[in-house]
Amino acid sequence: MMPDLGKYAFEVLSSYAASLLLLALIVGLTVWQGRRVKRRLAEVEARTEAMSGGRADG
Amino acid sequence: MGALLSRDLRLAMRAGGGFGLGLAFFLLLAVLVPLGVGPEGGVLGKIAPGILWVGALLSCLLSLDRIFALDFEDGSLDLLATSPMPLEAVVAVKALAHWLVTGLPLTAVAPVLGVLLNLPVEGYGWLVLSLLLGTPALSVIGAFGAALVVGVKRGGLLLSLLVLPLYVPTLIFGAEVVKRGAAGLEVVVPLLLLAGITLGAAALLPFAAAAAIRVNLR
Amino acid sequence: MSIWEYANPKKFMQTSAWALPWVMGLAVLSLVAGLIWGFFFTPDDFRQGSTVKIIYLHVPAAMMAINAWVMMLVTSLIWLVRRHHVSALAAKAAAPVGLTFTVIALVTGALWGQPMWGTWWAWDPRLTSFLILTLFYMGYIALWEAIENPDTAADLTAVLCLVGSVFALLSRYAVLFWNQGLHQGASLSLDKEENVADVFWFPLLVCIGGFVLLFVALVLMRTRTEIRARRLQALLARERLA
Repeated sequence: MMPDLGKYAFEVLSSYAASLLLLALIVGLTVWQGRRVKRRLAEVEARTEAMSGGRADG
Repeated sequence: MGALLSRDLRLAMRAGGGFGLGLAFFLLLAVLVPLGVGPEGGVLGKIAPGILWVGALLSCLLSLDRIFALDFEDGSLDLLATSPMPLEAVVAVKALAHWLVTGLPLTAVAPVLGVLLNLPVEGYGWLVLSLLLGTPALSVIGAFGAALVVGVKRGGLLLSLLVLPLYVPTLIFGAEVVKRGAAGLEVVVPLLLLAGITLGAAALLPFAAAAAIRVNLR
Repeated sequence: MSIWEYANPKKFMQTSAWALPWVMGLAVLSLVAGLIWGFFFTPDDFRQGSTVKIIYLHVPAAMMAINAWVMMLVTSLIWLVRRHHVSALAAKAAAPVGLTFTVIALVTGALWGQPMWGTWWAWDPRLTSFLILTLFYMGYIALWEAIENPDTAADLTAVLCLVGSVFALLSRYAVLFWNQGLHQGASLSLDKEENVADVFWFPLLVCIGGFVLLFVALVLMRTRTEIRARRLQALLARERLA
């Protein structure tokens, strides 16, 4: 299954490894930040709604 | 306008104004590089154009945050912004004042440092000319960077991160002029390009800088 | 129905919530397909050997690194002219993605350069330009981080983006002038369609599509996060006042 990369195996494999790692990093960071902000926003929204007695504002 | 220029110059000359700082830094660099590289004249002469230009760049950087920061803190920038003089002109005058206290002295001492660095004889004229044409761009670009970060506390490091990439074309063409001049090659093309960047920056960047200051004063 | 409808954050949130799974799914699909095709099912180039497989990462990343900056320039202009917050936030969202692509292009370029040119790093005009582009991205991101007031930050970074674009272009030509480069002869010039044999070109096309979609998906996600963060700040500020 693995193609024969010849004498350049190290370069090719490390290119793929490094790039996929960097892509995973930015995707992971994006998802993590997104979740964190979403959760905090939900908390604060719930709190403000409770405080204003269910009055819909904003 | 003249009043603003002489005020800025006097402030810069005053003790603690940072007038000698850039020059001293430039001198230090020209002493430290041979200590690090080794005393061989051939090597030093070859890298002298680049070292002198990088040195000029960094010395300019040292005093950039003073262009607007002090005026911003004590509120005189607000006064200048509301004065009848357009803010673009204020920026241009302040950049000019910065150049007069950094770029011009740097240009004047550069030949002396060229001796320390074994710059070939043919290079001196081109060194002075390229610095004379190029350092105004450094001051104007720097004024733009200083205008961006004027509202940021301790923005010095950020300022260098913003400004140094903008210095790249000036550095390349400036050092190229000296390198080619020292090697006896034709220098007209890089010299014209260097002058072009300076003129373009001086014509357009005051508008960008003034816009940035208006945002920061909002 | 016009494009400006999406300048409304609510409308943007609705539409992007609907579009995001599709874009993300397509991005993953085409990236996986393109990279597997490129890695396992393409022959070695007769001159570059197996290193030709690196182009499936290098070329799309490099293209998107530049396109991301162009997108930031356009959205910055829209913010400056029309004051749509979503536009400014999209520019902010795109910068880290563009920086990542730039770094990928640099790393894969260095890894490809080692066997081909015999050195990890050459001050080749293209490599140098990308290094300078990295610095511009870092400066842009740093300015966003440094300024607290979001509208001030949006304005200043937009101005920086405009000026930076001009100087990035200038640097590109200055670098060309400074060093004419080692190579980029026709046989190695990978981004010229006619020089790449079909067998390499089709998987490359799929990979380029995958990178474009991934960029769009990431920018959508990050812009949504930024809009939520902005709302969060507003709510917290109101709470403090109350």
